[in-house]
Parts: sequence; C-alpha cells; structure tokens
Amino acid sequence: MLDDFMIRATLAGVAVACATGPLGCFVVWRRMAYFGDATAHAAILGVALALAFQISIFIGTMVVALVMAMIVATLAGRGWAMDTTLGVLAHSALAFGLVAVSFLPAVRVDLTAYLFGDILAVSRFDLGVIAAGSALVLGLMLWRWQALLTATLSEDLAHAAGINPARERMVLTLALAIVVAVALKIVGALLIAALLIIPAAAARNLARGPEAMAVFAVVIGVVSVVGGLQLSLLQDTPSGPSIVVVAAVIFLFATIGATLVQKRLAR
Amino acid sequence: MSLISAERLAVAYGGRQVLFDIDFSIARGEIVTIVGPNGSGKTSFLRALLGVVVPTQGHVTRAAGLRIGYLPQRLHLDPGLPMPVARFLSLPHRQSRAAIAAVLARVGVPDVARQNMATLSGGQFQRVLLARALLASPDILMLDEPTAGLDQPGVAAFYRLIAEMRAELGCAVLSVSHDLHVVMSASDRVICINGHICCEGAPQVVRDAPEYRALFGLGTGGALALYQHSHDHAHGAECRHAPVPEKVDNA
Repeated sequence: MLDDFMIRATLAGVAVACATGPLGCFVVWRRMAYFGDATAHAAILGVALALAFQISIFIGTMVVALVMAMIVATLAGRGWAMDTTLGVLAHSALAFGLVAVSFLPAVRVDLTAYLFGDILAVSRFDLGVIAAGSALVLGLMLWRWQALLTATLSEDLAHAAGINPARERMVLTLALAIVVAVALKIVGALLIAALLIIPAAAARNLARGPEAMAVFAVVIGVVSVVGGLQLSLLQDTPSGPSIVVVAAVIFLFATIGATLVQKRLAR
Repeated sequence: MSLISAERLAVAYGGRQVLFDIDFSIARGEIVTIVGPNGSGKTSFLRALLGVVVPTQGHVTRAAGLRIGYLPQRLHLDPGLPMPVARFLSLPHRQSRAAIAAVLARVGVPDVARQNMATLSGGQFQRVLLARALLASPDILMLDEPTAGLDQPGVAAFYRLIAEMRAELGCAVLSVSHDLHVVMSASDRVICINGHICCEGAPQVVRDAPEYRALFGLGTGGALALYQHSHDHAHGAECRHAPVPEKVDNA
C-alpha cells in the first residue's frame, strides 16, 4: 500500500496536520505568527548545513530551527521590539540560507523543493520520520495541555498555580522546531507558518472552546492536505502551495459563515 | 506560623528600584490590605510574593505546599482564544460540572458557566476570577486591585463576599488597593507602601458615622472602612514622597 506515492504523501500530510492543528492554535493564541515564520525560514539554513556536513536534513533543519527559536525567545524575554527583531531574523535566516546553499560545491540542490515542499517525493523512510515527529509533537501538546493553556492565559496565574511559564514556552519552542523539520517536505519553508496559522484561524470561527478549536484545526488541516493533493494531481499545480490554497479557501468560508450566523443572532 | 513572609525584600527593574527594605508576614486566616498610590510597587510586591519577580535583595519564604488563590489585576484574553467560563474554571485542574455550578452560585454568578469570558461584565469577570481562585481550596487569597472598575456598591458587595469566604474557608486574604483611605473593613491590618513600608495599622470602622453614610451612600453594609495613615515621615498629595514641610498633616 505504501508503494503508492499518493498514499505516502497523503499519510505524511495527515500526520503533519495532526501536529500543526494544536500547535497552530497556540501560535494564534500567543500571537507567535512571526515567530513561526522566523523559525521556519531558518530551516533553509539548516538544509544548507545538513548538505555541507552530510548529515540528515531532518536533523539539520531541526537543530537550526531550535537554535533560531531559542534566540528569538531569549530576545523577547529581554524586551526587544519583537516586530522588528523578528522581521530582521526571519528574512536574514532565509537570505543566509539561500546564499549558503549556493556555496555548496558539486551538489545540485533543488531549492524549490525546500522552499515550497515536495510532498509527492516522500519516501517510506521520510514517512516514518514525519509520523514519529508529528506523534512526538502531538504527545507533547496532550501531555502539557492544561499547563500550556494556563500559561497562555496569564503567566502570573500559572506561577500562582505552581506552573513555570518559562518551561511551557520551552515546550512550545521545541514543538515548533520539530514541526518545522517534519513539515519542510510537505509545504516547504516558506509556507510552514501558513499550515500552522490558517487552519487554527479558520477553526476559531467554528469553536466555542479551546479543545474544540484544536480539533477543528486538525480536521481543517487534514482536509486541506487531501484537497490540496487532489488539486495538485488534477491540475498539475505545485503541491505545497495547493494545500495552503485549500486551507485559505476554508478559512474564507468559515469566516463568512461565522459572520453571517452572528448577524442573524444579533437581529 | 506565617504563610508567606518577606525579609528585607528589594525589587528593581532595569536598575530602577521599585521596592526596598520590606519586612512582611501574613498569618493563617489574617486579612491584610496593602494600599499605596499608583507606581508605588504594590503589584511588584504581590508578584515577588508569588515568585514571578525575583527579588534583587532579601528573600521570600512560602510555607511548604502553600495553595495560593490569585486574582490578577487584569486578565487580557486574546480574542483568538475561545474560553467559556466553565473551561476557564477547569484550569489548571479539571473540575466536575457540579463543583463548577456550586462555586459559581456561591460567588453570585450562577448562570454564566456556558458564556464566553469575553462577554462578561467587569463585576461578573471579577467573581469568576474569584470562583477560580476558590476552586484551588486556597490557604491564601491574593487579590490585586480586585475592585478596579466596580462602582461603590459593587466594591462593598465584593468585599463582603471576600469576608464571607474568609469566614467559610479560614483562608488568609492579602488584598492590594490604590484607594488610600477606603479599605475593606474586615482587614486586620492595613499596610501603606510607597517603595518601602510607610505605615501599618488597623482600619477604623466608621460605618455608623452619618458623614460616612452621606459620602459613600447606603447599601455598603459596613464592608468599607477608613484607614488613618500615621507616617513618621511626610508625604505630599497622593502619598508621594515630598520634602518635609514645617507642619506635618495627618494625611
């Protein structure tokens, strides 16, 4: 069954959507959209380093993404102007990565695959790593859910309840780095943040509680992956962007639908 | 035995000293009100006691296994986070539906369990925060400006509720207020802070005085009391530290 590239691609996409759903909710709730972007863009630098040192792309991107996420988190803790700092870091990481890739001798790197994803080329081994990474992130989210939610509401409330908000931030940082490493193959460095934010933002329109929002975000992510792959197959469009296009259309309909319902209730 | 104590506590942010030389202790069941003008370090003091802020000098001792019910001054809810009241009360520990219904009824907002936190009025929001603090079966309630945004009858009603809770649960109450003169009448002690401890004493209950009734209106039911400051050093208006004048007024 796993011999079919479409089945491998679909399974990989569904696995990643299960991790990006709940994590994406925290990205939305904590206003970490740009943070996610900076971390994801750093993945290209990770690809360059991994190829240069001939180590696994997964390891390379995860390590660089983790370092990036920790730099951003540290600067935020020191009270830097986050909007500007993140803007500088996100674009610099991407630019350094692209330049670094061009230095690699004798290796012809298909940059497009890393920038926009190459989900149709997911191998059995890739699928294993993607599934394991996604399961790890989902497990982290479920394990820390109550503490993460409390710390997201208010760091002071968390402290009073004996929860260390710094540790919960670290959990999210680690989860983000893993997601970047496993989602690189699915949608590419430029659109990882989209896969985090758009399903969660669409789910916000449908959910009345945080858990429902996370579940809806997973469902919307899965539908986007399946729909995007079909679109890609039928219309021969690039797969990563097709997935994000489907997610964006769902977001649009969810938002319009929610607005109409609200208007009817207000009447 | 004291629940929380601070010894020669000092707190600074980026080199700016906001608190210094604070000795403090609160006993089981005691009600202590901290008053001070805006920017006097009251909130920093509370946060240092909670362990959010690390003191630059001195230290804070909390009793082992101390359960704190904390009501923050503000709680910013991101509009992206849908949070029904019942779900909020189940953070960080899951609560049964019955326990949630009981505690909401006890604080006087029985019908809000399914409402989103963002749709609550200021008074309802405070009561839900209190309900959440009570669910922790606290040894001490710590309230940061719990009555900000409430009108006078609202303030009185809230203070009455706090006093009832203390009577029921036997927990200590540490409350912070920027109102220098009108405090919760159940307070055992009032401490005036402005960077350091300016003065400390018991509030004067004047609920029977006709002037007081005229000033605060009826229906406060004796929940409020006046606090008479007795500083050994002079303060200007609003308790700001000012040059010592010839005649020290009784603030």
